[in-house]
Amino acid sequence: MTDRGTADERQQRFVQHFLAGVPHLAALGIAYRTHGPDWAELVMPFAEQQLADPDYGIIASGAIFTLMDSAAGFSVHMALGEFAPIATIDLRIDYLRGPTPGATVVGRASCYRLTRQIAFVRGSAHDGDPDRPIANMAGTFIISRAAADPA
Amino acid sequence: MTSTALARALRDERHGRLDMLPYARMLDLRYEQDDSEVRLIMPFSIGLVGAPGRLHGGAIAGLLEIAGLAAVIVAQPDADRLPRLRPVTVTADFMREGTPVDTIAAAEVTRLGRRIINVSSRAWQFDRGRPIAMANINFLADWPDAES
Repeated sequence: MTDRGTADERQQRFVQHFLAGVPHLAALGIAYRTHGPDWAELVMPFAEQQLADPDYGIIASGAIFTLMDSAAGFSVHMALGEFAPIATIDLRIDYLRGPTPGATVVGRASCYRLTRQIAFVRGSAHDGDPDRPIANMAGTFIISRAAADPA
Repeated sequence: MTSTALARALRDERHGRLDMLPYARMLDLRYEQDDSEVRLIMPFSIGLVGAPGRLHGGAIAGLLEIAGLAAVIVAQPDADRLPRLRPVTVTADFMREGTPVDTIAAAEVTRLGRRIINVSSRAWQFDRGRPIAMANINFLADWPDAES
């Protein structure tokens, strides 16, 4: 039990550190929140540079796209159990409603199917109440695992 | 997204910066336009990087969305009377990695409806014929005087 807890904490620290080192996430203030075996949650506390509309305090959809793309990528890494190189093939986001001005946005993604080469993801973003999402996401990633590439 | 300041810039100047949108300022976006289209330029900077040596897909998608917004604004018949525009759905396809150089984007309005505007947006680096990403974006137009 102790070993397991320590391993989890180590993994959590590693993920936190890994995320903090991604320049575009740092630029938007996107950070680690929590994760599970095949899912990940990132958080984007409000910051001025996320705004598309300063008059109305509206967050750029591009910032939410970045949050969801990154949460999706991390969910794939969690499902894979390693930080293998992956790349987004496509990602669709439906913007259900605008986030509350000044709100912290949480993006959650899960990797619901993994094949040798393709990861399928889905998720949503909310600004406080997971039952009232601001955006839904679906996408696919290509996986480049060393073992999956015949020489 | 508010578009008044952006619309004025696009109407009055052939090229410039998009600093009126804080998010576009973070991406360091500039625009240039001729009679056929508006092109956005996103110069490379470290702050755009996702995986080492590659642009973050979210930064590319953000560029595609703003290129789409600019195309919709320019396509409006009356620059002084604009709806509020917001993307309802964005579907982005990523074809090639974004290398650490300038990225250019331009969008085409596929259909200019009064309420729904369908847009196809493309981003490239070295060769317009070899896009690094494309997006289909459907904008909803809210007219200030629309009855609801």
